[in-house]
Amino acid sequence: MEANHSLTPAPRIRPSPRSKLIMILTLLWRFKAFYIMLLPGVIYFIIFRYFPMYGVIIAFKDFAILDGITGSSWVNPWYKHFQDFYESPYFSQLLTNTLLISLYKLIWGTLPPIVLAVLLNECRVRWLKSIVQTLTYMPHFLSWVIIFGILLTLFSQNGGLINRWIVEAGGTSIPFLTSTDYFRSILVGSEVWQNLGWGAIIYLAAMAGIDPTLYEAAKVDGASRLRMIWHITLPGIRSIIVLLFVLKLGHLLDAGFDQIYILYNIQVYPVADIIDTWVYRTGLQQLNFSLASAVGLFKSVIGLILVLGANRVAKKWGEGIW
Amino acid sequence: MVRGLDDKIFNTIIYIILGLCGLAAVLPILYVVSVSITPFGEVLRNGGFILFPREITFSAYRTLLTESNIPKAFQITVLITVIGTTVNLVLTGLMAYPLSRRNLPGRNFFLLMIVFTLLFSGGLIPTYLVVKSMGLLDSIWAMILPNAVWSFNVLIMKSFFEGLPEELFESARMDGAKEFRILLQIVAPLSVPVLLTVGLFYLVGHWNEFFQAIFYVTDRTLYPLQVVVREILMQSQQPLENAENMMPTQTMQMASVMIASLPVIVIYPFLQKHFTKGMLLGSIKG
Repeated sequence: MEANHSLTPAPRIRPSPRSKLIMILTLLWRFKAFYIMLLPGVIYFIIFRYFPMYGVIIAFKDFAILDGITGSSWVNPWYKHFQDFYESPYFSQLLTNTLLISLYKLIWGTLPPIVLAVLLNECRVRWLKSIVQTLTYMPHFLSWVIIFGILLTLFSQNGGLINRWIVEAGGTSIPFLTSTDYFRSILVGSEVWQNLGWGAIIYLAAMAGIDPTLYEAAKVDGASRLRMIWHITLPGIRSIIVLLFVLKLGHLLDAGFDQIYILYNIQVYPVADIIDTWVYRTGLQQLNFSLASAVGLFKSVIGLILVLGANRVAKKWGEGIW
Repeated sequence: MVRGLDDKIFNTIIYIILGLCGLAAVLPILYVVSVSITPFGEVLRNGGFILFPREITFSAYRTLLTESNIPKAFQITVLITVIGTTVNLVLTGLMAYPLSRRNLPGRNFFLLMIVFTLLFSGGLIPTYLVVKSMGLLDSIWAMILPNAVWSFNVLIMKSFFEGLPEELFESARMDGAKEFRILLQIVAPLSVPVLLTVGLFYLVGHWNEFFQAIFYVTDRTLYPLQVVVREILMQSQQPLENAENMMPTQTMQMASVMIASLPVIVIYPFLQKHFTKGMLLGSIKG
């Protein structure tokens, strides 16, 4: 997306600065209705999106509520809070948890929707296809509180369905939701359950765009359905698979605050505490605003780099595909 | 014919797996429904597994609707959803329409301003401090204003407006119509599909409102449904000595889960088309 520079600028008659200003003002005046429409939204963005960006300077200060953002004193050295975080025992634990949970979700969140999309695409019975679509898309709209409720009835140690079966069969109940051994699987599993169908939508749409004559030709050549999936369907959506995967890599530091905050408990902090949950507890529960802001900023900056990098890669690979 | 037979087996396998996927999505929800309406004695007798209870009782629902915070929270959630979605749509539409005019001076500046917030944010704590300094803590506005415009939805709506035929606007302008009138009387009626799609996403977002309440609201009378339901769910996290005591709690918990999710489950199948369209619009943009 290079700007178009012409080599020889056309000679222009320069208007005087005064008349230029008047020209600009008349132009803007002509669009005044549009600017008035934009105003409320712009005010919203300035207050709720850009003021907080200014507010991150408290990451370099010792924030005291009474002194406010501007009045609080700067820390010395300026990176003190970052250093404190880096040297704290949480650092490696939080980073490991964040990256691991994210990676698991990335892998498990990519493959099953592709499989489901292929199956839906192969389904020749209309009503079955649309019922399965409706059913599998639905969990996407349930909040994590609701899913937490479902997980409790199925997996809780006392009263959960699975554990009642285990006990009845003579086993001892397993604390699925409060044990460090199972918690990450619960996280990944519930995420897959919530987004299996929803994730398939985009692949399904991409499959609809594949040239049907390819299948006709393959049929004439006597190719089996399985071979057609392997040689036509999957290559046909390869670019979108790669694209989505790369874009998701850009959000590697977002391990899913909403889900984890609602599902976790103190017993599973060692395997489930991520940067975002720690920032919430440190900032809003322990009121250590500056340290929490510093860690939040650390995450935002790395996140920004990751997203920009991912977009770059996606664009490069995307060339010629679209 | 061997091919025909192969095909049949292939199809059968596909249908079975698809059926299993559908069941996996719906069975947990059916189970929650049945636990919430089954007398706990019967739940215990059947080893906990009941999909079609022989006896039905709505006593858990009755208790929740008369003796808990649920009705109050339901009101709050409905209030947030109605006011919030209206504010969302008005602000988003008012932003998207000017930005869809390609000749608007400063258009790129405003677009950059919106897109940048998708890439970078000040983070939780600075946002909290802004909400606090605006005096919004402990009001329903704290659950509406901080997320009043989703950048993504502005972009979706903008590209829809860009697709409307230019001649419409030109002829209206010839007739001397003001831009606000054009937006209300020409653009809005033509944009029902995108308004519905974007509106539905805002609506579900408000219905499932949880975090802004946790962050910005400490007044318990302002808690929305999801927060109250989570409190009810947390009550039995501690191990209990005897199972008989626990069962009514579980019935109650699942009833509260149903109350909080029923509206979404009921309206969703009718509006599925619009949700799916929104998902595709969004991913093409992104």
